[in-house]
Formats: sequence, structure tokens, C-alpha cells
Amino acid sequence: MLETLIQGLLLGGLYCLFALGLSLMFGVMRLTNTAQGDFIILGAFGAIAATSWWTAHPALIGLLLLPVAFGFGYALQRYVLNGTLGKDPLPSLVVTFGLSIVIQNALLELFSADPRSIESGGLNTHSLQLGEGLAIGTLPLLIFAVAVLCTLALQLLFERTALGRAFRAVSDDKDIAELMGLDAKEVYALATAIAFIVIAIAGLFQGMRTTVSPSDGPLLLLFAFEAVIIGGMGSFWGTFVGAMVLGITQQIGFRLDPGWGIWFGHLMFLAVLVVRPQGLFPKTKA
Amino acid sequence: MSAQVLRSTRASRSALWVGVALVLVAASMPWWAESSWMREFVEIACYFIFAMMWNLLAGYGGMVSIGQQAFFGFGGYIMLLLGNYAGFNPFVAIPVAALCAALISIPVAWVAFRLQGGYFAIGTWVIAEVFRLSFANMSFVGGGSGTSLTALRGIEKATRESVTFWMALVCVVASIALVYLFLRSKQGLALLAIRDNEVAAESQGIGVQKMKLAVYVVAAFGAGLAGALYFVGNLRISPDAAFSVNWSAFAIFMVVIGGIGRIEGPIVGALVFWALNKFFSDYGTWYLLGLGLLAIVVTIYFKQGLWGWLQQRRGWALFPTQRPLVTYACDGRAATPMRAAASAICFIEIMAGSCRKKRR
Amino acid sequence: MSAALIQASGLTAFYGDAQALFGIDFKLNRGELVAIIGANGAGKSTFLKSLTGLVKVKPESVQFNGQPVGGLPPGAIVKQGLAMVPEGRRLFPSLSVEENLLMGAFAKRPGPWNLERLYAMFPILKQKKGNPGTALSGGQQQMVAIGRALMSNPTVLLCDELSLGLAPIVIKEIYDAMPAITAEGMSVVIVEQDVSVAQRVSQRVYCFQEGRVSLEGKSDELTREQISQAYFGL
Repeated sequence: MLETLIQGLLLGGLYCLFALGLSLMFGVMRLTNTAQGDFIILGAFGAIAATSWWTAHPALIGLLLLPVAFGFGYALQRYVLNGTLGKDPLPSLVVTFGLSIVIQNALLELFSADPRSIESGGLNTHSLQLGEGLAIGTLPLLIFAVAVLCTLALQLLFERTALGRAFRAVSDDKDIAELMGLDAKEVYALATAIAFIVIAIAGLFQGMRTTVSPSDGPLLLLFAFEAVIIGGMGSFWGTFVGAMVLGITQQIGFRLDPGWGIWFGHLMFLAVLVVRPQGLFPKTKA
Repeated sequence: MSAQVLRSTRASRSALWVGVALVLVAASMPWWAESSWMREFVEIACYFIFAMMWNLLAGYGGMVSIGQQAFFGFGGYIMLLLGNYAGFNPFVAIPVAALCAALISIPVAWVAFRLQGGYFAIGTWVIAEVFRLSFANMSFVGGGSGTSLTALRGIEKATRESVTFWMALVCVVASIALVYLFLRSKQGLALLAIRDNEVAAESQGIGVQKMKLAVYVVAAFGAGLAGALYFVGNLRISPDAAFSVNWSAFAIFMVVIGGIGRIEGPIVGALVFWALNKFFSDYGTWYLLGLGLLAIVVTIYFKQGLWGWLQQRRGWALFPTQRPLVTYACDGRAATPMRAAASAICFIEIMAGSCRKKRR
Repeated sequence: MSAALIQASGLTAFYGDAQALFGIDFKLNRGELVAIIGANGAGKSTFLKSLTGLVKVKPESVQFNGQPVGGLPPGAIVKQGLAMVPEGRRLFPSLSVEENLLMGAFAKRPGPWNLERLYAMFPILKQKKGNPGTALSGGQQQMVAIGRALMSNPTVLLCDELSLGLAPIVIKEIYDAMPAITAEGMSVVIVEQDVSVAQRVSQRVYCFQEGRVSLEGKSDELTREQISQAYFGL
């Protein structure tokens, strides 16, 4: 039982990384990125492509991928997604959905449907002994630690920095924020750029821990989304907790029957939605 | 100046006659057309009905959903269960399955309505996934690999195809008529008012939540109808085919190309989609990639969809659900039609009891 | 060619198809405090929004420091030295009092106004600086809104309905701070529904009526009767 719990928490760490970007983009500009999962997979394939051209250590490649992701996210928001923002949720939904299809098929063309993974130099099989016959994978533990760090970093960014103030202000009242001299278009682009850094990190870890294939994206989106809803919108720690709950629920499901893990997660999501629709730790006003 | 509320334009009246003629011609097809044409028509009919109902939900109900495939697949499975195990004639089972889909949409709505906007959309997708996984776990309908519709085994192929075709034709006409009449009614105007300004509509006494539920149920009925029809034509069902998110993707595509919120939009969109399918689907991934890009470009640059763009340029309206206020100059000739803040003013006029012709 | 700080000539403004302003002529000179009065819907707030870029108008119809600024994005206008205290305060609920004030300094214009000076003027804000912006009383929120605008060190301050929803004693407290604000030559435009307050604190008054200027004159010269005629359009 303890092992299931721990496995669940570690899985939750990964889901937290999936979900932080979604939470950030929605929090700042009410934009639902239905291509979230696909961008994560794109990140993984980006790393895979880079490792095939370049025999550097995967960690180095990962580090270099981050600024690329930042620039990509910035440009995407500035030149494509900014045009879809507004009261109507449909345009941003259709555009991100379209992007999802474009990414999946482009990856399919470039890489074929075979599952690939990122060479992690044995990291994905390494494990730590915790006494009493309990062993934890090193990679999952690392992912968990990075998830905590990212959550903390985002929370501090929002609460303590001028940029974080700008994010909160523009999300509260765009018109008045612009009256203060803020350029909403620029702020939105920076928000997405930061979200994409987390997306790239998530993609790297996903590619290291398991195989990825071009059509994996949508399922990752659903996990990210469920984590955000369970945890409650408006706070990154809420998303973290939501991801933990989802991870544990899925692990329990997997234990009972290999085909039930994801289903259990869905049911937990629905249960939270019915019993406490605002999530476990909500902080946003509509 | 006198004012009159227009209910139809000349273009729409001639379109009505053209439509009737087309239906009559189509109904005769089993006698002269190739069977592959009829099969294609059935498939396109399903796409179209599904898209039209998605359009009703999003464009008029203001609810964007990427989970309507839940009801599509549910309709298909119920039809199969009724046909294979309950002795129903599968063609009769189609509307019954649609009704079942409508019924199950009520508890689904109870859960889904707790979310709004983009998160509502993804939430409906999760629910559709729950449907998919549930049916995939039921071994008596073949589990993950699905099963066949055995109830039509004894019928001769040509007859089966003709009846399926006619059934599709009936469903298409019925769906168009249902949506058109609904939107021209008082309930329809209420829906437009809600879409334009929910708070204002509520203050006029419209039960917003009830209306939204009504639209959701109607859309689920339509989706279930399309699903049941599709699998009668297909003869084989599986969870992945029945509950695939591609259904929503195609519906979105058709409606975005054709224009959200307009009835003729899905018709235009379905035709464009069919044409694209015909000529490019052999290109597989490139075709889908192109579709995705097209949807992105149209959404950003043609915010009204292709049909909506044409409508603005030429003032066309085949299915008028706006009631523009036309002012006549003193000598009786029609001046430029004044589209008063369409729904709000018309709604108030209706509520006031009549559309009066004012004369000086 | 006058040295007017703000000059509007024949300003027209629309909300979609509905016309709100029908040719406003307005002038603010350096160091003045001008009041705009008028009934609800007369177009006073729309006028201020046109000045700050929240409502788009023709470029030449508004001049700031001799430059046409009509239709510019709000951020650009703030950087030139025009700041607004919006109607209804509109503080940022997700930000604390101090953070709201800091947001005002986003445009980073040089000048005498900073946090210490604001806290000296409104001591209660220092006490509550960590509270969420909207967890204060109406009068205190108004102080925050004014402070937020001042933090951008503007040359012109626009105040939209400062007295809205506030008790008379609070209104007095707020307007008592005006001299401290204008002491170094800041020019101010106030929009007010309370005519007596407007006349008392300003040098000149404009009266708006259904999107037009119905009266203009020196505050101490206009009579009660003139004003009510212009106010109600009699």
C-alpha cells in the first residue's frame, strides 16, 4: 500500500509538470490550450531529434532546449494566439485544436508512428534503496523534485516579482492594466513563453521515462486538465496537489487491474467535479 | 417612415423550392445511382447532422463541446443492442437510440455544467473518454475490438442500402427542419438573446439554465441520431470508432469553415469537407495537416467562417433567423435595411405581443 | 496658438454604432483644476476614456502638449504623462494595496511621487499595505486608486467620479488632499456629479449634456441657475 502511495506521488510529479503550463496560460489570459499535450510530445521529439544529430549528454540538450521553447512559446502567443483572445472561447479552442492536429500529423510524417524514447544513460532504470525492500526509481524521484521546484518557482514569480504583478494585474483587469502602461500583448507572450519552458521540461522527462509516439498528446492533455480541476483553479500549489491526487488514484487503479488506472483517474475527476466543483484549493474569481 | 419586421428574403424563398426539388431528386436515387454514391451520402449525412447539432450547441447555445462523440457512440451502441438483443428493427432503433442519447445527456449535463468555457470543452471530452472506456470494458458488446450488427443479416444488400439511404435522407431533412423551426420560434429567439447577453436575458425572465439544458439535450439527440444511423450503414461498431474525438474535430472543422451560428454554415462546411475528403484523403497525414492549418487560418482571418464572410459581402441569407427591421421611405420603397441590434429588439417586440406595422 | 496642456476640438466618440459625444471642445491649461459636471449618461466618462485611449477617436481630435494623441493605445498615453483614476476605482483584486500602488509606477516616469510620499499623504494605506486591494473601505480604495495614478508621475491627472458611493465626510477628506497633489503644478481634470464640490475645488467648469458641452465658465462666476439649466438641458 505504501509503495502504491509513493508511486502515485511520483507519478503526480510528472502530471504536475504537464499541468503547470495549462494552469499558467489559463490563469493569465483565460486561454485553454488544447494542444498542451501535443506540445509536450513535440518537446520530447525535439530532444530526440537533437540527440540523433548531436552526441552530447541528454541533460545538456535538455538545457539548450529550454530557451528554444521560450522563444517558440513567445512567438506562438504573440503572432498566433493573441489574435484569438476575447470573450468567445471558441477561436482559441479551434486554433489550439488545429495546432494539435498539425503537430500530431507533422510528427507522424517526420518520425513515423514508432514509439521512441530519449536516451537517458541508464537513469530511467536506476533506483534508490529505501530500506525494507522499498526501492524508488531515481528518475521518478528527480521528476518529483523538479515538479516541486517548478511549482515553487512559479508561485514565487507570481507573488514576488514585478512580472508576476503584471500577470496578476492583466488577468484581473486588462483595460486598467493597460492604463498603467502595460502592454497586454507582450505580457501574454511572456506568460506563454514561461509556460513552454515547463512544457519542454515535461516533454524531456516523459521521453526519458517512457516511449513517446506522435499521437500521445491528447491523453496528456486530459491528465493535465484533470490535475488542474481537482486541485482548483488559480493556484500553482493547488495544481500540484491535484496532480498528486490524480497520480495516486491512477496508481490504485493500476494496482487493481492494469486496464483501470486511467479510468479511475477519470472517475476521481468526475467525483471532485460533482462534490466540490471549485476544486480542492481554489483561489480564482471567475 | 413605416417599419416592418421581415421574416424571409427573396433568396430564402427560392432556396426553399430548390431544396424541395433536391430532396425529391435525391429520393429517387436508389433507382438510378450507384450504390457507392448512396453509401457516401449516408456517411456525409452523419457528418452533417453531427456538425449541425454541434453548431446548435456552440453557436446558439454558447456551449463549445469537444465531447459530443459521447452521444454519437452511445446512440450507435444502443441501436446495436436494441437490434441484436431486443429484436428491434435496426431502422426503428435509430430514433429510439437517439432518444436514449437525449436521456443520458441529462445526468451528463448535471456534471458538465459545473465547468465553463474552455474547461467545459475539455471536460466534455473527458466524459466522452469515460463512455469509451466503459464500453471497451463491456465484453458482451465485444469489448475493445467491438462487434457487428447482426440484425440486418437476412436482408438483401440492395434493399438494405436503399432503406439506409432513405433513412439518412429523412434524418437530414428532419434535422434541418427541427433546427430551423426551433430557431424561428420564441424559444429560438430566447436562445439568441442568451447568446448575446446572458445577464440581460435572465433579467427578462428567460430561464437561462433551463434553455441551456434544453439545447444540450436536443444536440445530444441529434448526435445520437447521427451515430445510430452511421453504424447502421457501417454494420460494425467499436469503442474507438464510436467515441473518437475526430468526430468533434470534423464537426468543428465543418462549422468553422461554414461559419458558426448560422444554419447554412454546416451545409457549406459539410460540402467543402466532403470535397476535400474526396480529393485529398489519399494523402493521409498531409491531408489532415492541411485541414488543421485551414481551420487555424479561417478562425484567425475569417472570423465569420467562409459562409459568414460571403453573407456579409453579399447580404445573402438562405435560412433567415434574424428578423431585420426594414424601414420604408415615405413613398413606400424599402430603404436600406436597418439591422437593429437584431435579437434584443425583436425579442422585446415579440414579448410585447406583436410585430406591428407602423404607419404615419 | 495657446499653451493648453490638453485640447480637444470637435471630439466625437462612438460605442459601436451608438454616438456618445457630438463634437466636444475642451481646454486644460497648465496648473489648472477643471471640473466636468453633468447628469448620468451625459458623456463625461466617455470623454475621459477618449483622452486616455480606452475609447478610440480620431488622432487630431485630442491634443496633449501639442501632440495629437487620439486613438493611441492607453500605455502610450500614460508614458506621455496622462494618468487616470478610473470610475469605480477598479483596483486589482489579486494585488495588495502596495502592489496596486507599485503597478502605477509601471511606466517608470521620473518625478516626486513615490511610496513614501503617498504613505505620508494617506497614512491609513501604510497600515493596510499588505491587504488585498479590494478589502478596504470605499474611501480607502479611492485613496489607493488616486495613489496608483500618482505613482506614474503624470503631468495631468484625470479623476472620474471620485465621490461615487462615498459618504460626504470621506469625500471631504479626499478632496482635502487635492492641494497637496496640485502643489507642484500638476494639472487636474475632475468629473463630478456633486456640483457643489466641483465648483468649490475647481477654477473652471464644463457642463456636459447628452454628449455636448452645454456650459463653460469660471467656477466662481457661474450661478446656480445657469448650471441647472445647462445640467438638465432646459
